[in-house]
Amino acid sequence: MEVNQYLEMFIEESKDHLQACSEHLLELEKNPDDLAIVGEIFRSAHTLKGMSATMGFEDLADLTHKMENVLDAIRNEKIHVTPEILDVVFESVDHLEEMVMDIANGGDGKRDVSSTVAQLKRIELGEYAIPEVVATTETPVIAVASVLEYDSFEQTVITQSVEQGFNAFEISVRLREDCLLKAARVFMVFEALEKDGDVIKSNPSVEKLEDEQFDQQFYVAFVTKESAEDIQKKIMKVSEVEEVVVATIETTVTAVASVLEYDSFEETVIAQSAEQGFNAFEISVRLREDCLLKAARVFMVFEILEKDGDVIKSNPSVDKLEDEQFDQQFYVAFVTKESAEDMQKKIMKVSEVEEVIVATIEEKQFSEKEQAIQEVTATATIEPEAKPATAPENTTPAPKPAKAAAPAKADKSHAPVGNKTIRVNIERLDILMNLFEELVIDRGRLQSISTEVNHGELNETVERMSRVMGDLQTIILTMRMVPVETVFNRFPKMIRQLSRDLNKKINLEIIGAETELDRTVIDEIGDPLVHLIRNSVDHGIENPTARLAKGKPEEGTVVLRAYHSGNYVFIEIEDDGAGINREKVLAKAISKGIVTQEQSYSMSDKQINELILASGFSTADVISDVSGRGVGLDVVKTTIESLGGNISIESTQDVGSIFSIQLPLTLSIISVMLVEIEKEIYAIPLSSIIETSIIRSSEIMNAHNQKVIDFRGKVVPLVFLEEIFEVPRKEPQVDEFHSVVIVRKGEKLAGLVVDSFIGQQEIVLKSLGNYLTNIFAISGATILGNGKVALIVDCNALIK
Amino acid sequence: MTNAVEQESIKVIVFQLADKEYAIPVSHVQGIEKLMHITRVPKTAKFVKGVINLRGVVTPIVDLRERFELPISEHEETTRIIIISLEDMEVGFVVDSANDVLDIPANSIEPQPEVVGSLGEEFISGVAKIDKRLLILLHLEKVLNPLK
Repeated sequence: MEVNQYLEMFIEESKDHLQACSEHLLELEKNPDDLAIVGEIFRSAHTLKGMSATMGFEDLADLTHKMENVLDAIRNEKIHVTPEILDVVFESVDHLEEMVMDIANGGDGKRDVSSTVAQLKRIELGEYAIPEVVATTETPVIAVASVLEYDSFEQTVITQSVEQGFNAFEISVRLREDCLLKAARVFMVFEALEKDGDVIKSNPSVEKLEDEQFDQQFYVAFVTKESAEDIQKKIMKVSEVEEVVVATIETTVTAVASVLEYDSFEETVIAQSAEQGFNAFEISVRLREDCLLKAARVFMVFEILEKDGDVIKSNPSVDKLEDEQFDQQFYVAFVTKESAEDMQKKIMKVSEVEEVIVATIEEKQFSEKEQAIQEVTATATIEPEAKPATAPENTTPAPKPAKAAAPAKADKSHAPVGNKTIRVNIERLDILMNLFEELVIDRGRLQSISTEVNHGELNETVERMSRVMGDLQTIILTMRMVPVETVFNRFPKMIRQLSRDLNKKINLEIIGAETELDRTVIDEIGDPLVHLIRNSVDHGIENPTARLAKGKPEEGTVVLRAYHSGNYVFIEIEDDGAGINREKVLAKAISKGIVTQEQSYSMSDKQINELILASGFSTADVISDVSGRGVGLDVVKTTIESLGGNISIESTQDVGSIFSIQLPLTLSIISVMLVEIEKEIYAIPLSSIIETSIIRSSEIMNAHNQKVIDFRGKVVPLVFLEEIFEVPRKEPQVDEFHSVVIVRKGEKLAGLVVDSFIGQQEIVLKSLGNYLTNIFAISGATILGNGKVALIVDCNALIK
Repeated sequence: MTNAVEQESIKVIVFQLADKEYAIPVSHVQGIEKLMHITRVPKTAKFVKGVINLRGVVTPIVDLRERFELPISEHEETTRIIIISLEDMEVGFVVDSANDVLDIPANSIEPQPEVVGSLGEEFISGVAKIDKRLLILLHLEKVLNPLK
């Protein structure tokens, strides 16, 4: 099986599921009695198990399976949630995460988890002795009918075969959990079957079976002359088949209750819509016998439906409906905000529709179906330890948790309303971005041409194009935006672990997790944040006794806050801990030779705080496991600065500290101010600019060999770009007026003196390549409208 | 040199610098461009003339005359920029002119003689004599090295 093409998707989805597990586990810890949460975790774990088994990651599947057993026992109230159990489950999730990371890094996902597995087993067995068989011993009616759905053609085949003395069976085959070559087993089963009769249908479809897109179980409709017993025996001969159930298909079955069969995805959609206040209906529409243009009527019905909601499924399929491959009747699963009555009336308005029946789909239905299957499985099986976990793929939680699930899920703040999303490979977005960048350069060129030519219509067209491109740019940039939540969501678990390790009580508050950042920035920002949070927890928050002694609440608080401001996103980590001991920091910095004694006198509090970001600095007296492992906060600073960001620290001793990170929204297209010095054009990022101003020579003052100006009551040093960039000038400029761009870095200002301002422009950031690196005060280059290269000034390097 | 390699030859681009002819293997040459606007990049080595816009890619330019400490001349009509790619770098060399592509038999390449004019010997990987022309083969890694 070709797995590579699915691998990426598998990794992404596994991460999502594991994340969901961790989040719900944390919730469960707070409300240990809420079984609905257990149901959620179970669901994620179950899907993960199925996926990893399909992809052939046995260890992953195995551990998930063990964890699932424990969860299932909790869900069925056989075990009560205790912190110890949760610890083990957390540990399993950690292991699973490691495995997934390993797979993502090209490994095989193998990992020694025997101790965790043993613990899980102990929990599973220790608390309850006999695993109860869930199903009752009642003889079931042949509820198998709901497993396979037959269209009219298949029904005819079955009826005819039966008339001709064949037996029609519905066979359910379950493979062993540890079955390695599922597709091969399926093939063998089919081969055995096809010797004796005809396979009419299978669920999942044959293609899916061949691709191993199923859990352990599949269903086959089969006509044969052989008896049920013989068939069962023959299939059982295939190795690794755990269980075979053969049931007779009753030809009289007019499957009304099970008109539509939903796969797990559709079930999820329906369940989610229901949570979001949509109604899920199963609509049966019958057209008049004499209806001439059936496809047209179907089209009209669908049009009406799609105005008010979403069609999830239809039977026959839409293709068949369009080809008029149906009798008079068709069924549609539909989610909407409208009431059943309204929908019925609306559809009845379509002419030649004879009858419309709108029935509500209840989530219960799924579980009933599931139970029905379980019953069949349980009764027909010879082995007593039939586990409910073997029910077909992706079951919705059993009725009990399902009911309680509604309120729990309702407070999920980020539940998107009817959002349709697709996953796109980031590479494609990068290509799109590159192409767009080319366009931006050409737009610049067009703009300069149109200004030169000054042709009315041309100007108009260029202007309109620019506007459209502006919109396009916004869209492309937002497409790359990812909520910081994707980074933040790993922190609750980390804090939990840290507080246990360090014996501290810590409450983590996350604010603004929906704030969006460019994907590239998101990918980079994770590690620095982990570092800073560890730092806050380890060095910031005091241990409970110390806190009480200081008159603070026992529980420390760490606030993780993200918000937009201008072209930047700010992420702040605030703690109410000990704050920075400036004397200690200074003493250490001096002893390590980071600053001199003399320098230290003139340093502001803030500057002293920021010394902890200097390389080779660690103030913790005792080096703990949590932070201070040799990699200092300087790494954090470097990473953030390499992203074009900034970090600053505010701290009050015994009150707490705030680490504030400023990050650019995007990295590739920026607004700049173009300035000219002699004949050279430089670009200054607009985000650094406070304002521009024209000053007289007489306003320039001298302070310690540094030319300064008085700018709105502040003394601002002047930086003559001409000198910094050593611009060759044929004759010295004698001008009474100077053009000054006031830029800032944090709270510090500087005035960049240039010859003249050209104007504002959107430019595409380009690198100078690998040959020219580390050029002072130049952060990159861009291509101007006239095709020439202009350099981008790095204001941060110019302000000391 | 054994007989086995006698048949082999390498294709080179030949260019002029001062009064000598130099050669660079074609495999390292991305293209030859006419002189275009070069944006000066401040605070770089003297021989780095700046950067150009090479079809959307910002490419650094090195003046080989200055790199080899040859007398500086004004850029003329024949002046060309040879775009070199080496490992992950793309760099343009300013040369007096470039107008020849030659096949040099591998066996005509000799280690450089003791004295080859003013060019620092560390930049030379060998010399080739073809007919009456003397071609100096450049050691690209070394030419680009100090800035790496």
